[in-house]
Amino acid sequence: MDTFSKRKYIIAGIMLGIAAIFIIRLFTIQITNKTYKQFATRNVLRKVITFPARGLIYDRNNELMVYNKAAYDLLVVPREVKPFDTLSLCNIIQLEKKDLIEALNKAKQFSRYKPSIVAGQISPDIYAPLQEKLYKYPGFFVQSRTLREYPSKSAAQVLGFVGEVNQSMIEKDNYYRSGDYIGVTGLEKAYENELRGIKGVNNYMVDVHNRIKGKYNGGITDTTAILGQNLLTGLHAEVQAYAELLMTNKRGAIVAIEPATGEIIVMVSAPSYDPNLLVGRQRSVNYGLLVSDSINTPMWNRAVIGTFPPGSTFKLVNALIALEEHAITSFDRFSCSGKGSLPIKCTHSHVSPIAMREAIRESCNSYFWNLFRNIISHSPTSAQGFEVWRNHVLSFGFGEKVGTELSSEVKGNIPEVAYYDKYFGQKKWTSMTIRSLSIGQGEILITPLQLANMAATIANRGYYITPHLVKAIQDTNRVYRELKYEKKLTGIDPEYYNIVIEGMQAVIEETRLSQSIRMDSVIICGKTGTVQNPHGADHSAFVAFAPKNNPKIAIAVFIQNAGFGATYAAPIAGLIMEKFLTDSISPRRKAVEQRMIESDLMNVQVKN
Amino acid sequence: MPNRNNVWANIDWITVSIYLAMMFIGWINIYAAVYNEEHKSIFDFTQQYGKQLIWIIAAIFIAVLMINIDSKFFVTFSFPIYVIILLLLMLVPFIGTEINGAKSWIQIGNFLLQPSEFMKMATSLAIARYISSYNFKMHSYKSLLTLAAIVFIPVGLIFLQNDTGSAIVFGVFLLVLYREGLNGIVLFFSFLIVLVFIFTIIFDSYVTLLVLTISAFLINYLIRKKTKRNLIGMGIFATIYGIFWLINFLVQGNIDPLFFLLAAAVLSSAIFFLWAMVLRKRSLALLIGIYLGSVLFAVSVDYVFDNIMEQHQRDRINELLGIQSDLHGAGYHVNQSKIAIGSGGLFGKGFLNGTQTKYDFVPEQSTDFIFCTVGEEWGFLGALVVIGLFMGLLTRLIYLAERNRSKFSRVYGYCVATILFFHFAVNIGMTIGLAPVIGIPLPFFSYGGSSLWSFTLLLFVFIRLDASRFEQLSY
Repeated sequence: MDTFSKRKYIIAGIMLGIAAIFIIRLFTIQITNKTYKQFATRNVLRKVITFPARGLIYDRNNELMVYNKAAYDLLVVPREVKPFDTLSLCNIIQLEKKDLIEALNKAKQFSRYKPSIVAGQISPDIYAPLQEKLYKYPGFFVQSRTLREYPSKSAAQVLGFVGEVNQSMIEKDNYYRSGDYIGVTGLEKAYENELRGIKGVNNYMVDVHNRIKGKYNGGITDTTAILGQNLLTGLHAEVQAYAELLMTNKRGAIVAIEPATGEIIVMVSAPSYDPNLLVGRQRSVNYGLLVSDSINTPMWNRAVIGTFPPGSTFKLVNALIALEEHAITSFDRFSCSGKGSLPIKCTHSHVSPIAMREAIRESCNSYFWNLFRNIISHSPTSAQGFEVWRNHVLSFGFGEKVGTELSSEVKGNIPEVAYYDKYFGQKKWTSMTIRSLSIGQGEILITPLQLANMAATIANRGYYITPHLVKAIQDTNRVYRELKYEKKLTGIDPEYYNIVIEGMQAVIEETRLSQSIRMDSVIICGKTGTVQNPHGADHSAFVAFAPKNNPKIAIAVFIQNAGFGATYAAPIAGLIMEKFLTDSISPRRKAVEQRMIESDLMNVQVKN
Repeated sequence: MPNRNNVWANIDWITVSIYLAMMFIGWINIYAAVYNEEHKSIFDFTQQYGKQLIWIIAAIFIAVLMINIDSKFFVTFSFPIYVIILLLLMLVPFIGTEINGAKSWIQIGNFLLQPSEFMKMATSLAIARYISSYNFKMHSYKSLLTLAAIVFIPVGLIFLQNDTGSAIVFGVFLLVLYREGLNGIVLFFSFLIVLVFIFTIIFDSYVTLLVLTISAFLINYLIRKKTKRNLIGMGIFATIYGIFWLINFLVQGNIDPLFFLLAAAVLSSAIFFLWAMVLRKRSLALLIGIYLGSVLFAVSVDYVFDNIMEQHQRDRINELLGIQSDLHGAGYHVNQSKIAIGSGGLFGKGFLNGTQTKYDFVPEQSTDFIFCTVGEEWGFLGALVVIGLFMGLLTRLIYLAERNRSKFSRVYGYCVATILFFHFAVNIGMTIGLAPVIGIPLPFFSYGGSSLWSFTLLLFVFIRLDASRFEQLSY
C-alpha cells in the first residue's frame, strides 16, 4: 500500500498505552488503595432541615393567643439502618415495638434514600436521653420542630390547627416535604404562607456512625431558616373566653365586630373544643374523636358555615329599605289586632295602630308585612319591586361571602326572582305570596357573621368595613404591616338609620330587656329575633351595638333551640358587650351571668 | 465476494454493535447518575434519562440516514459542508445562547445545537478531501499552510467562544498527519512543547530550567556514554552559575537566581556548541539546540504568563490544568470524582446504589463526569468493560481505515478514530486525576443530544464510506 502504513501500529500503540495507563490507575484507586472507600463513607451527605418557628398570633391587646413550644421528630433513612436493638430504642422513645417496626416498614416503602418520620413530636425530656444514645442507631437522626400552644384554650375554630401535609398538598406546593406541618383550618390555614416562615437547610457530612463530621462544602450551600411572621388580630382573648364560657352547654354562634374598623372582636362557635387537643402525639387520636362527633360537631365553625333564617332581626333591614325607597315614612301607622292579625299574627300585645319606632320595639309582624307590601308594590310589577328590595339586601353583605380570611365561609341565600317565577309561575306571585320575608323567615338564609355585619352596618349608619380577623402582620424585622380592608356602602341615607336606631334603643330601654341588659353608663341599641324552627324548639337570635354614638362593638348572638331571642341571646349579648366595654360585669347582673352559664340547652326536646 | 451493490451487507456490523452497546450503557448510567425517586421510570421524559432515550432514537435515525446517502456525496460536498458549518459557527456570537459561560449554542425551538460539535466532522471531511487531492504534498509549505488554515480557522472561532475544551480537540489531527507521512520529529516537538508548557506553568521556571538541564546531561550520557566529558560539562555549567552568584553576593545585589541559571544555560550552551563543532558531533549540536530552545521557550512562557496575560486568562489556564489549590475549585471536583470511582472497588456498589454521584458530590455527573457512575456502581470490572469497548472501537476503526483503498476514506477514518480517542483520553483521564479538567463529553455515554448526534454523524459517515470500499472511489 503506502510507505507509512506501519505507522498504524504506533498510533494504535499510543491508544492502547493510554488505555493501559488508565487501567493501572483504576486498579490502584479502586482495588489497592482503600483510602477512597473511607473517604466515601465519610462523605455521606445529610440534609438537616431547620424548621423556623411558626409565627405567633396575638389578640388586639397584644396578648398571646398562639405560641410555640419545642418538640423533636425522630427520622430514619432506611438505607443507612444497620441491625440494632429495637427494644432499647423503643424504651427510650416510649413506643411499642410493633409500632416501631410498622413505622420502619412504612419508611422503607416510602423511600430507601429519603428520611421518614418514625416518631413525631417527641417532648424535650425524651429527647435528652435519645440524643445521647443516638450514635448506636445508624440511619436515625433527630430534627427539632415547634408545636403550637394555645394559652387561653379558646377560639379553636377561628385559630384553626396545623397538621401534617398530605400527598396532594406536597404535589401542589414544592415547599412541603412529607412530614411537614401546614395550617389545615382557620387562621393557621388562611395565613399559612406568612406563618410558616422559610425552612433552612444545613448540609452535613456524617460518618458511618451517624455523627456529624462537619459542614458539606464548607457550608456555602447552607441556608438559614427565616422565622414565620406574627399575626396581630382584632380578637379580644379575654372576651372571647368569656363568650365561650357563656355558651357552655349551648349550640350556636356569636360574632362581635368593631364597626369602625371591621375587626372581629369575638367569634364563638359552640360546642367548641380545646385547641391544645390537636397538638402533640395524641393529635391523630383526638382529631378522630372530634371529627367523628356528629352530634356536637365541635370542629364546625357555625359562625361562618351555619345558615339560619334571621327572624325578626331582619325587620331592621326591611325598615331601612322602606324608608330609602319612600315606600313609607317614619310616621305612617299600621294597625295590628294581635294574635288575630292576618295573614301573619302578631306575637306581642300592644297599642294599635303604631308607627316605625314602636313597631321595631314591639317587633310587630303586622306592621312589617304592610311595610314589605309597600316596598314591593312601589314598583310597577312585583318582580321589579322584589329586585329593588333584593339589591338593597345584598348591599348589607347578605347572599355573598362577607370576605373574612376564613375559607370555609358560606354565602347563605337571598332568593332571586327566578326562584319564585319557577316555584309559583311568572307574574303569579305578589308581595303577599312571599310575605314571610318581611319578618326574616322563608327562603332567606344568613350566617351569624352576616348578621353581626348587619349590626355593624347599622351602627356605622350605612357602611361596613369587610369583617376580618387579622389587622396587621409583623414581619421578621418586627415591623408591622397594616392590612387594608374595603369599605362598602349600602346606599341608604344615614338619616334613615337614625330612625331605625331610635327603635333599637327602645327595644333595650322600653321592654322587659331593660332589666336584663340595659346599662347605666352606655346606651345599647338592639333587636331580638325568634327563628321558627320546623325541627324543634325555636332558635334565639339577637343583634345589638353599643354605645349608640361612636359604637365600639356590634354583635350578633344566635342560639339554637333557645326559644325567644329575649330569653338567652339578648342577655348573653348584653354580658359580652358589658365585658368588652367596661372590662367587668356589674354586681347587678351577676345573677343573669350565673343563669346564662348554667343553662343547659343541649338536650331540648326535638320535634319530629 | 460480497455484493458490492448492497450497502447494508457491507456495513461493518461490529462497529455498529459497539456503538449501540455504548449508547445503551451510557443511558443506563445517566439514569443511575441523576436517579430521582419521584420519577422512577426510566421512560420519564421530564428527566434527563427519558430525554436521552429520545436523543438515542433520533441518533439512530441520523445513522440510518447517513447509510442511505451515496458515499460520493461526502467526497463531493466535503468543502461545502465545511464552509456551511463554519458559517454557522461564525453566526454563533450573534444568534447564540449562553450556557455555563460559553456562548456556543444555537437554540432552535426546544433544541440546543452546538455548531462546534459538528465542526469536528466538517473539518475531518475537509482534511480528508485536501490530503487525498493530487496537488497535496506533505512537506510543501503551500500544502501545510492550507491544512493549517483548514484547522485553525474553526479552532480560533471556537476558542473565541470560550469553548476551550472543544478547541483543543482539533490538536489530534497531528496524529492523522503523522499517519499520512508527517515527519515524526514534528510530533516529537509538539509533544515536547506541550510538556514544557505545562511543566512551566505548574512549577516555577527555576525548577523547569533545572529539570531541563539535568535531562539534557542525562540524555547526552545515555547516547554517548562519555562520563568524563559529561562531568566536565556539568562543572562548566556549575562554575558559570557560581561566578554570577558570587558577584551578586559580593556587591550585595538583589537579583533573582533564575537569571544566574539562565545565564549559565546560555553561556555553557554556547561553549558546548563550539565544542560540538570542533568534535564534528552533529547529534550533540542538535541536543544543545533542543535544550536551548526549550529553556528559552520555558522562560518566555513564564514571562508571558506572569507579566503579559490578564488575571482572567491566567485563571482559565490554571483551571484548564486543574492546578487551583482551592478545594472548592477544580481540585475539589477531581478529588470527589476519584473518591466516587475509588469507592467502587472491584465489583462496584451495584446499580442505583452509588452514594457519591447521587448525593451530588460529583459535579456534572450525567455529562462530563458520567464515568464516575460507571466506576462507582459497576466497579473496576465495569470500568474495564467501558475502556475495552473504546479500545475495541478505536482499533476496529483503524483496521477499517487501513482496509480502504480510497485515501479519502482512510484519512477520514483516522480523523474519526483520533477524535474519539482524544475525548476518551481526556474525559476519563480527568475523572481519575490524570488529565486537566477540560469540559468535553465522553462519546456515546454523556448526556446530551448535540454531542451524541455529532458523534453519530462523525462515525456513520465513515461507516458509510467503508461500506463502499469495493467501489473504486476517485480519491
